[in-house]
Amino acid sequence: MTEVHVFPSAPAGTVSGNRGLTVEEPLLFEMGGEAGCGVDLPEPRDVPDHLTGFARKGRIGLPGLSEPQVVRHYTRLSQKNYSIDAGFYPLGSCTMKYNPRLNEKVARTTGLGDLHPMQPVSTVQGALEAIDAMAAWLLGLTGMAGVAMSPAAGAHGELCGVMAIRAAQEAKGNPRKIILVPESAHGTNPATAALCGYSVVAIPATAEGRVDIAALKAKLSDDVAGLMLTNPNTCGLFEREVREIADLVHAAGAFFYMDGANFNALIGRVKIADLGADAMHINLHKTFSTPHGGGGPGAGPTVFSQALAPFAPLPFVRRGDDGFELVETRAQAGADAHPFGRMKGFHGQFGVMLRALAYAMSLGKDGFRQASGDAVLNANYLLARLKDVLSAPFEGPCMHEALFDDGFLKDTGVTTLDLAKALIDEGYHPMTMYFPLVVHGALLMEPTETESKQTLDAFIDTVRALAAKAKAGEADFFHAAPRLTPRRRLDETLAARKPVLRWAPPKAE
Amino acid sequence: MRYLPLNDADRARMLDAVGVGSVEDLFRDVPSEVPPGPVFDLPDHQGEMAVEQAFNAFAVKNLSPSCAPTFLGAGAYRHHIPAAVDALIQRGEFLTSYTPYQPEISQGTLQALFEFQTQVCLLTGMEVANASMYDAATACAEAALMAARVTRRKKVLISGSVHPHYVDVILTETGFTGISCERLAPDPMGIEDLVGRVDDDLACVLVQTPGFFGRLSDFTALAAQCHAMGVLLVVAVAEPVSLGALMPPGEMGADIVVVDGSSLGMPLSFGGPGVGLFATREKYMRNMPGRLVGETLDVDGRRGWVLTLSTREQHIRREKATSNICTNSGLCALAFSIHLALLGEDGFTKLAEVNHKAAAALAKRLSAVKGVKPLSGPFFNEFAVVLDKPAAPVVEALAAKGILGGVPVSRFYPQFPELENLMLVTATETNGDADFDALVAALTEVLR
Repeated sequence: MTEVHVFPSAPAGTVSGNRGLTVEEPLLFEMGGEAGCGVDLPEPRDVPDHLTGFARKGRIGLPGLSEPQVVRHYTRLSQKNYSIDAGFYPLGSCTMKYNPRLNEKVARTTGLGDLHPMQPVSTVQGALEAIDAMAAWLLGLTGMAGVAMSPAAGAHGELCGVMAIRAAQEAKGNPRKIILVPESAHGTNPATAALCGYSVVAIPATAEGRVDIAALKAKLSDDVAGLMLTNPNTCGLFEREVREIADLVHAAGAFFYMDGANFNALIGRVKIADLGADAMHINLHKTFSTPHGGGGPGAGPTVFSQALAPFAPLPFVRRGDDGFELVETRAQAGADAHPFGRMKGFHGQFGVMLRALAYAMSLGKDGFRQASGDAVLNANYLLARLKDVLSAPFEGPCMHEALFDDGFLKDTGVTTLDLAKALIDEGYHPMTMYFPLVVHGALLMEPTETESKQTLDAFIDTVRALAAKAKAGEADFFHAAPRLTPRRRLDETLAARKPVLRWAPPKAE
Repeated sequence: MRYLPLNDADRARMLDAVGVGSVEDLFRDVPSEVPPGPVFDLPDHQGEMAVEQAFNAFAVKNLSPSCAPTFLGAGAYRHHIPAAVDALIQRGEFLTSYTPYQPEISQGTLQALFEFQTQVCLLTGMEVANASMYDAATACAEAALMAARVTRRKKVLISGSVHPHYVDVILTETGFTGISCERLAPDPMGIEDLVGRVDDDLACVLVQTPGFFGRLSDFTALAAQCHAMGVLLVVAVAEPVSLGALMPPGEMGADIVVVDGSSLGMPLSFGGPGVGLFATREKYMRNMPGRLVGETLDVDGRRGWVLTLSTREQHIRREKATSNICTNSGLCALAFSIHLALLGEDGFTKLAEVNHKAAAALAKRLSAVKGVKPLSGPFFNEFAVVLDKPAAPVVEALAAKGILGGVPVSRFYPQFPELENLMLVTATETNGDADFDALVAALTEVLR
């Protein structure tokens, strides 16, 4: 059965709705596939089955397609995506740097990519050595005492860090009640604190975009278990008072969680231990160049100070007399370790760790220093060359990202969102918008170190021209953007009001 | 350095534009108490060739399942991945894109995830599914938290057939939320009574089929009892290929279904990254954790997709969010989806049959080996055998012969000496008769 799929009349000006390289593509379920199959399987062995009473009765409803149909389907879908491979992605706080292909190659090495998690430990010594090598890079770069390798992403690493804080406070006799979080924090910080049974108290920012020390002092008490602080903060600024903040937190008997989302600004230059942090997660899918994959997988290994390291979760790799040990249970952990539990099945995001290790070995300590320097230089270059046409709420220098607010759009009828959508037509992924919440209509740009001056200059020229257009009263131009994308602005209200979260067969007429 | 495009002339011109003399000047906000120029006791940069050689050196110290007869399961199942899957997920437009927050330039990822959500609903027999979680263990923890939100109750009952890592993660992630979990003892014989324990103060009961010990269950009666008491039934599935042969949990009356998706599309990769599938009933949609892709229209009236119902999520709701999850497992979900698309209805159900019959044939052959007794009861592609000596050293002895013969249960349950002789054995489509011959011969020798 093949049915012709008719698309709504398209503004493309073509009869099919297709536009050259951008082709309309139906859902897998609408491609007319029934009996096809894209895989040739061995025949089942001739033995009776044991499924009586448990067997599936009806059809599942999956379409059946040949391999070329499936390959073309996904190739066409891929062509509707923006990507770092194809263009500049100045997405603040996301560190969209180039993802080296070497990382992908080594992660697929036979003997690494194909290992089963439950092989005898004697048969995976090389894998444990690789995990240990990655841990050594993280400890070396941060100067911290211990690291939990298993968290699956940044927010999961935060959870790991705050759970260790809670475990350490409980070990001292009182879990306490509050986690302090600056107003400018990423939403995962308060969500994480809540998951750990803490109430969240916000710390306001000063007029210059940093933690208000007086407000912090006023909120610190023996009910406070810890502070979660992103540094450089989400305004792109280094928290100059970080040492004093750490001392104040420690004097109150609390712990200092440093959110490592912005570690790319500091790597190879500043040791986190020297800032007084007790815990920090590291997004391997940001700072260590592993691909974001359209939303994961990532990894969020979490480094700890001496005070928190004993509470790190299971499992962990330990060097033993007969090679590497994989500590999977409390019984194995020994008396000095007090793991707060387990965060993930098996041993963490091994494939992501391998990619990050390849990156660390490729960059080396000299490369990391150059990379953070170039990342910060690129951001300051954007700030310097755009601040006369956009509006910069805080004095520079910035670190690895430059923050603007929407002051320059006042009375133009153009919003931050409109400007972002116009940038899409110009071939750029928009910057982070409306975050952080501490400035109005925020535009947060993070160029990373893997962009050339030529790319930045072209982007700057485009933004300047768009800002001039907005100020010249061409609001309609912006409201209509984007015009050139596979889809134009989508109705998010409709999607939320009448949620359609899956395809369903069309009802019979 | 091959990943850094700026050269010294660029840097000089850019510093000029910024109005500073050196890159170090840009770091002037780093306080002076922080030691300047810390020493990093780490190597300098290396070329591609040197890095590849280092990875090959790691690899040769491992016994690769690609080169050894492998019968390992225990929550991670080795299947053949069609070449097209890896080729497609390595397209830069999928591999190197961000979370699809800008829908006009992310329709590829969004449509693929909408298809994934649909596939998950079809496999599990459920009404709605999210765009993925990290893995099944963390998805189970999210299910327990969700059940507590839905029922406003704080107690969770966990079957002894649930994968011990899932249980450990649930205990850890709910540990500070005021939820109390009762974990039943490991149940290799399938004798625990769950129906009799369902009470009206429970938020949910968590079960698994096929269970950790391989046993199949029908939870229809349990679901009825749960619903009579206002309790949610959460069903975990560690091996999604089983859904090609078995009654889907949705038909049994499950309220939440969690599946470990790593069997399809992704290499084992020592257990991660994988992907957690999460599905539920439509009435609980707004209590779901994680990202959701929904259908809508663009300003020209054309169908398209967006991330939706984000008012549940941390970037909007902050401490009141349904979960703290942000980055999840998008690319693994894509790989799962492509593999399933290639298989289709006929391929997927046949793959399930091939797996089940491989395991049935292997169980029969192992039952003829002296000192090996398969546990009775129905199974899919994994079953437990009782050996006449402790399983861990037997597994080591098999490995010394180049065979990855099974998983000793004691590795998960060291505190239960009565499980010491129990070994989990899995057979999939990847195991040919030569593999069976090798395992039978080696086991016969090791147990002699």
